[in-house]
Amino acid sequence: MAFTLYSLIQAAILCINAVAVLHEERFLSKIGWGVEQSVGGFGDEPGIKVQLMNLIRSVRTVMRVPLIGVNSVCIVLLLLFG
Amino acid sequence: MDYSAAQSGFRQQHNMRLRNSSVDGPDGGQLFDDTSAAGPANQGVYRNQQAGPQAAGPPGQSFLSDPMSNLAMVYGSSLATQGREMVDKNLDRFIPISKLKYYFAVDTVYVGKKLGILVFPYMHKNWEVSYQQDTPVAPRFDVNAPDLYIPTMAFITYILVAGLALGTQNRFSPELLGVQASSALVWLIMEVLAVLLSLYLVTVNTDLTTIDLVAFSGYKYVGMIIGIIAGLLFGRLAYYLSMLWFCGAIFVFMIRTLRLKLLSEAAAEGKLVRGTRNQLRMYLTMSIAAAQPVFMYWLTYHLIR
Repeated sequence: MAFTLYSLIQAAILCINAVAVLHEERFLSKIGWGVEQSVGGFGDEPGIKVQLMNLIRSVRTVMRVPLIGVNSVCIVLLLLFG
Repeated sequence: MDYSAAQSGFRQQHNMRLRNSSVDGPDGGQLFDDTSAAGPANQGVYRNQQAGPQAAGPPGQSFLSDPMSNLAMVYGSSLATQGREMVDKNLDRFIPISKLKYYFAVDTVYVGKKLGILVFPYMHKNWEVSYQQDTPVAPRFDVNAPDLYIPTMAFITYILVAGLALGTQNRFSPELLGVQASSALVWLIMEVLAVLLSLYLVTVNTDLTTIDLVAFSGYKYVGMIIGIIAGLLFGRLAYYLSMLWFCGAIFVFMIRTLRLKLLSEAAAEGKLVRGTRNQLRMYLTMSIAAAQPVFMYWLTYHLIR
């Protein structure tokens, strides 16, 4: 129960790392969650699975480069301060 | 007196700077209006050591009427206003201050009515938020509009009451207040993030902003406070009874408020509209409302022993 804001930030960084690590052609296409399967029908709303796939794709595209910096900072802080 | 000596040294420094900046006139004070004419009389009163208004005059006059110090004061105040404007502009980019002001535009009548609805939402008939030319009306004029005053006050009161509860059980220490505050804040942030994620996944076209969601998540603290106080005063049975009452109240409140915002118009009227989309939205509303009592219990049960 003793949560701090820092543990929330750590959890968020871990989750975003987990999403960024999912490989497009080795994993996501194999289970049917690839990019080409997200362009579904032209109905009015996409549905939860398509939204999730879009979310994963956008997180991977946007957060790849900033995650390098954030992870490096986190590693250095952990090494220095335990 | 070293005070007047320091003043005269000050004045000589100013005179030297005056000469360097090639100002006409033997005494620079003649170029500007000497508004400190009324000054020395006041300053003579303020000084404890009554050296007479004559001696009190020149030191005060030299400080205020000297053009260099005038210039310095004007420049300093313009720097201060510039700095403040820059801070305001940059702060507005990160935290929308003008939007936040809308949520704090409350008055006592609104707070009283809103607290009444939070405690007893069963009699309230009209839950619609009224609009005024496409912008929502300020909370002062519409009791259904969300505000941030009650959640903020309730959050702070919850932390204080938690400290009180821990103190009556001899478990209190000042760090625990900070721990309670930060963990409650973390749960609030996680709840708002979860609601935002689920709203994105279900593709609901709604005008609920993030701050609205923070406000709605903060309304449950009112019930929590009353539950903890009842538990402190009257024992565990009172705690459970009041938590039961407030869990039901916040459940009904959230469903009735969110129904108008999330569901389509027809479904909000109460008619049964078929289709997976409306069903999904109904489930979403129910789960958001059902998460509130869970949080209420989770955040308070460790305070009542």
